[in-house]
Amino acid sequence: MTRTVLSSATSEVVIGFDEPFVMIGERINPTGRKLLTAEMKKGDYSRVEKDTLAQVAAGAQMLDVNAGIPLADEPKILAETIQLVQSLTDAPLSIDSSIIEALEAGLAVYQGKALVNSTTAEEEVMERVLPLVKKYNAAVVAISNDETGISENPDERFEIAKLIVERAADHGIKREDVVVDPLVMPIGAVNSAGRDVFHLVRRLRTELKVNTTCGASNVGFGLPNRHAINNSFLPMVAQAGMTSAILNPLHDGLVPAIKAGDVLNGVDPNCAEWIKAYREPTPEGEGRGGRRRGRRRG
Amino acid sequence: MSDNENIILKDLNDDDLVEQMKDDLYDGMAAEVFEGTQILLDRGWDANLILSDALVEGMRIVGIDFRDGILFVPEVLQCAGAMKGGMGLLRPILAASGEKASTGKYVIGTVKGDIHDIGKNLVGMMLEGAGFEVIDLGINNPLENYLEAIDEHKPDILGMSALLTTTMPYMGVVIEELDKRGILKDLPVMVGGAPLNQEFADAINAHTYGRDAALSAELAKTIMGKNS
Repeated sequence: MTRTVLSSATSEVVIGFDEPFVMIGERINPTGRKLLTAEMKKGDYSRVEKDTLAQVAAGAQMLDVNAGIPLADEPKILAETIQLVQSLTDAPLSIDSSIIEALEAGLAVYQGKALVNSTTAEEEVMERVLPLVKKYNAAVVAISNDETGISENPDERFEIAKLIVERAADHGIKREDVVVDPLVMPIGAVNSAGRDVFHLVRRLRTELKVNTTCGASNVGFGLPNRHAINNSFLPMVAQAGMTSAILNPLHDGLVPAIKAGDVLNGVDPNCAEWIKAYREPTPEGEGRGGRRRGRRRG
Repeated sequence: MSDNENIILKDLNDDDLVEQMKDDLYDGMAAEVFEGTQILLDRGWDANLILSDALVEGMRIVGIDFRDGILFVPEVLQCAGAMKGGMGLLRPILAASGEKASTGKYVIGTVKGDIHDIGKNLVGMMLEGAGFEVIDLGINNPLENYLEAIDEHKPDILGMSALLTTTMPYMGVVIEELDKRGILKDLPVMVGGAPLNQEFADAINAHTYGRDAALSAELAKTIMGKNS
């Protein structure tokens, strides 16, 4: 039973085989967002603030924070953003950068146990990121590609993931603190992308026994009504064994799709979360309008 | 034309056949485009004329509808596949004739440290559709690969792609080196990729920033002076 425990100063989230699917909000990311880029570069974090609150309100249990702005002081901006976000929410964060100095700056100010996003199996990347993960007692996203690129063969990607898990162990990082990203390709460009990922995630879960995550929003790239593709993809990949994803919880229908997946996959005991989210209480009923006390027994 | 109509390509006159080939290209029908190309060759058409009037013109329409959000990625990939079928017949003839057949020569590749290729491949396909001869260097290209390819192929345009904020500065490294070697003044460099913007392209002294695949092909044609 693999459990990846992430935390903020005051709260804990578990990514795990028998846990509800963990939604990691992707919105705090300037890539492709002109206004956010311009603002963050100037040190104006008002949009970050809005994105933080909106995503948590929509159901995100964790948030990804990325400050990848061309020609800017990414370490400084990332650290400032993290401090701001942590002052607004107790959701644990995923610290997202491909610049090692930015990861370090983010980890240095982070309160709790963060998810570092990410390392690949590229030798140079692993040897820089993994010591940092160990130093700050964090968990890490392991992306299953190496110097040669992304293999089209999911079984080769499995071997690459395994290599990162083994290397992490060499650095004293436990298996449960490595969350593998099997790489979801756009289904419009690679027609077997869905099937391949389902196959790979099953192997990662049963053989390598690791938690998994993915950037979910690109699966529908280049297709009309792409959000509907996402909304179907996520419960399907959860059924194959995926335990978290980086996604936009504000997209219409996505959170209900994932919560329904939790119910159907049997990780929402007594359907309690589902009912809590979607019960429509009668205002003037003779009963208690579904307000259960939630008192612990014994 | 109705969907159920059974069209015999070889029974069409030249004009109707070219029109039909454009339709078939749009529909991504590789076998039909191949057959149409062969028929035109058999009728004595010049390979260059087939390329420009049937294939490139057909792909131009595909490009417009792709840009406007009417056609989608899987469809455009099929169109590009159909074009490849026709090109397979024309390429050896064009090469043998020694004439400068294409819109231009374009060397394209993802930069060092970056393994993303889907966007770069789409740009490559749209460029081929626009009649460019495309030399694709693949992913993870250090400076030397670009230099070798420039030396070997003498391209009209160099295109670089990067999908990571960590790898995009490398485009600037390549451009600077091209400048130092005196290559840049005669070689327009186009850059593209999700994290880029015009500001970045300007900062690294790139000639042109291609926001998406369809636009990049248009801009490349403009560079070649082949856009109306």
